[in-house]
Amino acid sequence: MRELSLHILDLLENAVEAGASRIGLSIREDLQADRMVIEIADDGCGMRKELIEKALDPFCTTRKTRHVGLGLPLFSEAARRCGGDLVIQSTPEKGTRVKATFRHSHIDRAPLGDMPAALLAILLSERPVDLDYCHQVGLREFRFDSSEIRKELEEVPMNHPKVRGWIFQLLQEGEASLFQEKQGWQPIR
Amino acid sequence: MARLKNVEELKKLRAEALKDIMVRTQTGTRIIVGMGTCGIAAGAREVMNAILKELDARKIEAHVETVGCVGMCAKEPLVDIEQAGKSRIRYANIAPENVPRLIEEHLIKGNVIQEWAIGRLDARKIQ
Repeated sequence: MRELSLHILDLLENAVEAGASRIGLSIREDLQADRMVIEIADDGCGMRKELIEKALDPFCTTRKTRHVGLGLPLFSEAARRCGGDLVIQSTPEKGTRVKATFRHSHIDRAPLGDMPAALLAILLSERPVDLDYCHQVGLREFRFDSSEIRKELEEVPMNHPKVRGWIFQLLQEGEASLFQEKQGWQPIR
Repeated sequence: MARLKNVEELKKLRAEALKDIMVRTQTGTRIIVGMGTCGIAAGAREVMNAILKELDARKIEAHVETVGCVGMCAKEPLVDIEQAGKSRIRYANIAPENVPRLIEEHLIKGNVIQEWAIGRLDARKIQ
């Protein structure tokens, strides 16, 4: 995929398919250690040991409609290509955790890309799911927990047309705050 | 997470949304976008963005939802449009550029775009 955010969206969809009600997503960009770590943890149905071992095989899938499942193999290849790896931990009926690591400055590492749109796509899922998102870039952090918003909204669903635009803007502003540069000359002291 | 800074805005949004929520669930329009690996790789996220933007620009209120893979991977991005009392129509190979015409023809004029439609699910009676 052209952006890492699309791989992330893919794995978030997997969590929804697994029946998760809450998904934790963390992206940690450590420029000093030159590492990017992406972790997705869900409380869905989990995977048995036999499935974990085969999951990175593109011809392994839980879908009934096709015999090919490319999400995990593609993401795993992307990580390995960048001096990293992808690890799956899971407990049946408890949940699954996928961790992908990358060398941040690797020339083949795709850009993270449009995270707000990716997150919105999950928040607009037909089956509602809560997202606990944390994105760290160096010392800056943006945290977003949809369950807090859901609590305030009470009976109004998050994908209500009036609400989704507001959430999208919140996500865009949050992401932008991680990368703001100071404009103009800075005094050297 | 640090305390939600914009709680006031959110409370206001909730109040506004509550006013029309009852009407919407019965008579509303649902636009469903496929977001499986196939859809994502084919650009479904960008199609979803284009749909949200178009609805916003035309001030049309419709539910937009994402679902997983339905098995017609070569035809992704897939966009289903479901309106109360009408058949659910599935459109295939939709690109962001197609979205304005899709909204205009199907939602506003009420015509199915035959060249893009690949399936129809007849409307079920809502009790």
